[in-house]
Amino acid sequence: MITPKLILLVIALAPLFGAIVAGLFGRQVGRAGAHTVTIAGVLVSFLLSAYVLYQLSTGGWGVFNENLYTWFEVGPLSAHVGFLVDRLTAVMMVVVTSVSLLVHIYTIGYMHEDPGYQRFFSYISLFTFSMLMLVMSNNFMQLFFGWEAVGLVSYLLIGFWFKRPTAIFANMKAFLVNRVGDFGFLLGIAAVLYCFGSLDYATVFRNADATLVGKTLTIISGHPWEAATVIGVLLFIGAMGKSAQVPLHVWLPDSMEGPTPISALIHAATMVTAGIFMVARMSPLYELSETALSFVMVVGATTALFTGLIGIVQNDVKRVVAYSTLSQLGYMTVALGVSAYSAAIFHLMTHAFFKALLFLGAGSVIIAMHHEQDMRYMGGLKKYMPITFITGWIGTLALTGFPGFSGFFSKDAIIEAVHESHRWGSGYAYFCVLIGVFVTALYSFRLIYLTYHGKERFVVEHKNHAHGAQHDAHHDDAHDDHGHHEPGHLEHAPHESPWVVTLPLILLAIPSVIIGWLTIGPMLFGDFFAGAIVVKGEGGPLAELAKHWHGPWGMVLHGLMAPPFWLALAGFGVATYVYLFNQAIADRAAKLFAPLYRLLQNKYGIDDLYFAVFARGGLKLGRGLWRGGDVAVIDDGLVNGSAALVARIAAGVRKVQSGYLYHYAFAMILGLIVLLGGLWLAAR
Amino acid sequence: MFANWPLLSILIWLPILGAIPVLLAGDRRPDTARLLALVVAALTFFISLGILSGFDQSSAAMQLQENHVWIETLNVRYHLGVDGISVALVLLTTFTSVLVIILGWGSVDEKVSQYMAAMLVLEGLMVGVFCAMDALLFYVFFEGMLIPMFILIGVWGGARRVYATLKFFIYTFFGSIFMLVGLIYLYFKTGSFELATLAQVALSGKEQAWLFFAFLIAFAVKVPMWPVHTWLPDAHVEAPTGGSVVLAAIMLKIGGYGFIRFSLPITPDASTEYAWVVIAMSLIAVVYVGYVALVQEDMKKLIAYSSIAHMGFVTLGVFISLALARGGNATGAAVGIQGAMVQMISHGFISGAMFASVGVLYDRMHTRMIRDYGGVVNTMPRFATFFVLFAMANCGLPGTSGFVGEFWVILAAFQSNALVGALAAFTLIIGAAYTLWLVKRVIFGEVANDNVAALTDMNARETFVLATLAVAVLLFGLWPAPLGNLMDAPIAELVKHIVISKGA
Repeated sequence: MITPKLILLVIALAPLFGAIVAGLFGRQVGRAGAHTVTIAGVLVSFLLSAYVLYQLSTGGWGVFNENLYTWFEVGPLSAHVGFLVDRLTAVMMVVVTSVSLLVHIYTIGYMHEDPGYQRFFSYISLFTFSMLMLVMSNNFMQLFFGWEAVGLVSYLLIGFWFKRPTAIFANMKAFLVNRVGDFGFLLGIAAVLYCFGSLDYATVFRNADATLVGKTLTIISGHPWEAATVIGVLLFIGAMGKSAQVPLHVWLPDSMEGPTPISALIHAATMVTAGIFMVARMSPLYELSETALSFVMVVGATTALFTGLIGIVQNDVKRVVAYSTLSQLGYMTVALGVSAYSAAIFHLMTHAFFKALLFLGAGSVIIAMHHEQDMRYMGGLKKYMPITFITGWIGTLALTGFPGFSGFFSKDAIIEAVHESHRWGSGYAYFCVLIGVFVTALYSFRLIYLTYHGKERFVVEHKNHAHGAQHDAHHDDAHDDHGHHEPGHLEHAPHESPWVVTLPLILLAIPSVIIGWLTIGPMLFGDFFAGAIVVKGEGGPLAELAKHWHGPWGMVLHGLMAPPFWLALAGFGVATYVYLFNQAIADRAAKLFAPLYRLLQNKYGIDDLYFAVFARGGLKLGRGLWRGGDVAVIDDGLVNGSAALVARIAAGVRKVQSGYLYHYAFAMILGLIVLLGGLWLAAR
Repeated sequence: MFANWPLLSILIWLPILGAIPVLLAGDRRPDTARLLALVVAALTFFISLGILSGFDQSSAAMQLQENHVWIETLNVRYHLGVDGISVALVLLTTFTSVLVIILGWGSVDEKVSQYMAAMLVLEGLMVGVFCAMDALLFYVFFEGMLIPMFILIGVWGGARRVYATLKFFIYTFFGSIFMLVGLIYLYFKTGSFELATLAQVALSGKEQAWLFFAFLIAFAVKVPMWPVHTWLPDAHVEAPTGGSVVLAAIMLKIGGYGFIRFSLPITPDASTEYAWVVIAMSLIAVVYVGYVALVQEDMKKLIAYSSIAHMGFVTLGVFISLALARGGNATGAAVGIQGAMVQMISHGFISGAMFASVGVLYDRMHTRMIRDYGGVVNTMPRFATFFVLFAMANCGLPGTSGFVGEFWVILAAFQSNALVGALAAFTLIIGAAYTLWLVKRVIFGEVANDNVAALTDMNARETFVLATLAVAVLLFGLWPAPLGNLMDAPIAELVKHIVISKGA
């Protein structure tokens, strides 16, 4: 009997099965076995997810909400593992499984000579399972489960090349910074339980208005705070960690130490968007606190602009894309903050496709360049790798919001929504997202020009040995020895990547172009998310925009006259002039604005500050507490001190041992009096 | 089939008497001693599973009772019985003991029969502690336990074993004297050492306060709580691997168990009044000790400090429940105590696994210093996998048992006071920091030196021990409901009991 429950179980468990086979029996099944079983698992998940989305969109299914098993029970309180699948969930499931599937295929090419091949497939399948559990959850406990599980896999994958000191530093940093977010997140869950007495989404959302309106929490006596604000802000702190919002964004650029496929899957398309999804899911709670939403908006706007600026000065091709991801996550967060949750999810979806495309394209370039990631040693690659080049342009046009491409619809919708909002901070947010468009175009086209266009800034040294293998034959055991040769010197000319790499690029390029056009109508201005996403009052800025909505064509035509388009064009123009025709200007500008340039190079000094205060400061505090507290005061002072005191007393007592019987008798009587007196006093 | 057996007595005396043939096997026949010890421990474990067959989980009553006169003139009784709370801890004891015997199989070469015998005696005494329903009987087991542990550290320990073992002994002995005085006072008051009687006797606020602090000193040393915790790192560092595992996995739990069996039922009013003292000490354990753990250079010390921090959740969960229960939030109170109990069981697995892992490394490298390691994953990939798993459990990652207790305690703490909840939740950060930094320095990276390069991966025996613990950690992380159901009834009963004031 094929029930919805069975289908959903298969969707979640198929990747887990693949992960277990590839992880525990990697040696037995071999490389081909590992990638076959994991890809099959994710393929099954993807096809069934698409089916579920179809059923939910056409009304074949209603909302699915059922518990699978009881995780823990205490009296009337119980925590379950279960699924809540509505259209919001289904969209996420399709996004996650489709990108995951393409990344699995891509990995065959990217990791084909890595000794940890099976382990890698096991991890990315495990990630897919964890992410599905996160988005399919029907309660806060399981949400936290998935939340931490994706964090674990991210940790394992950033540190995948565990011999690299930078990688194992980056993965620890990522985990710890995320834990700071989780600290807030867990307290948010505790506050939900405190207010509602339940961890179940349905119960909490149903009672949200009745419970939270007018309710206050007193955390510091005398200062009652709105319960909805406390919950909203605490939960959002979790999102700030996972979705890398300022000031918890520092881990994401470093996470680029991981292999490129996971940068695309985890650190661009899916895991980092968990925070966005979470806030959208919690819209019934967030709608009750203007303060929390303003906080979300300001954080998002700051992230959108200021991390984008750093992207301009990066030379590592992956890091540019990473800062671009930070900035785009900021856009999604801003959308949440103005109650345009659907727009955030919409941008999440389009971004998943074009950003995965850009990352995988960067990976393709990196393969061609023998794991050289510095753009200063690239250039002119378009003639060597046409597919990567063309799909790279498509992704870039989508990212910069060229009218008609998917990113145009989602980003313009956000900017317009922010423009419509009257919430506190929306003026600042509008400024940030507008300037952000210029910045996005600048760093995106800079990347395109520095890698694919212009003069070749690398030298091909034709060594005498022939290459039978596709590339990288000099890598004996792992990728750990990258860059052991001089930068910019290649052993043979770069060439297009194999089909397992280019096929995912092509398949991602298609939705990057068309998905916005196809889905914007129902997702933003229809009632597609009705029931899943709640917006109070008149329906927020999106309802306002819907009044002027005349289909995608109208939006494109209107877009051509709107400020974002002109700002993007300006960014494009500057990038074209500087990086295609007159690169000396870039160096001159760097010298001219040296302090600003240094500020961006140092990432505003935030990383250094954290390292000094939390890492060094933490160690200093720990040493102080240990040597000062445990060793000096407790051990040497109290414990060994009292031992010494006993010894001194004993030495004194020895003198008292006079040998006279009446001395002893007197002491005994005295002792008895004291003892009985004490007992009598105590018992009185 | 077990229905008519004196099951609990068997569980106590089988290992203790089983130690005699093991001892008789002598040091010249170490393999015989090892095998005999394993048979005894395994048999005890299987019999302990028999408890579950006839056990009524829905009842809060003491079950499988055995009640005999022991010292007639003093009205001391050999009275045993278990409820869900005890059963969980008894099973933890018998389970861990089997693993410890297997672990000692290869790593102890000197005086094998005596080592194995001491372990078995220790096991029997610990089971006794969790089954005793008579306070004096409890006290006898509680103190008796010190002797085999004293011997284990003193004979098979490291270089500073004499200092460590004396510190351990004097500390715990000093603490328990106060408990004895308190029990004698209660005996004079009631004429009985029956725990059930003591729980019902009316006591004035002042009496309760004296008794509360007497119990607090005894159990705080055992847990151990800050600031009487400094014996633990020293004891762990010097103890042999098996001793460390037992110490961390079981003996520390006796402190938490004591709070639940003595402090809460006998002195509920004083416990409520002075709960803030314990809560403050627990939070210091989580935050302060977390920072101290961060800077340790010795792996065993680091894990010992981590144990103290984790046990802080046990005492926190127990003592926040009082204010919650009296404030009418019975569910919140039950959540706190459940969290504390689950944390105890889980910490048994995780700390046991961590110490066992360090033992695996120590047997090969003969050093516990973090700086002597680096890149172990390159030569011991199987070991590294387990170590990372246990490290994640130590960080309280969901899906491992380490999450369950901390999750409930933090949620309950938030209900009593949001700031207490926030300080407790700080473990998410500091716990991850000291654990993952340890992993980074020991497991990951390039092979640090020739000794690491020469390492060989775990043998079948070591793999079996760690794999068994890994299964336990994952099972109770993914599905802790059976554990919760086992303890639900007695905890609900306890919550009802502590609400009622005993003031006379």
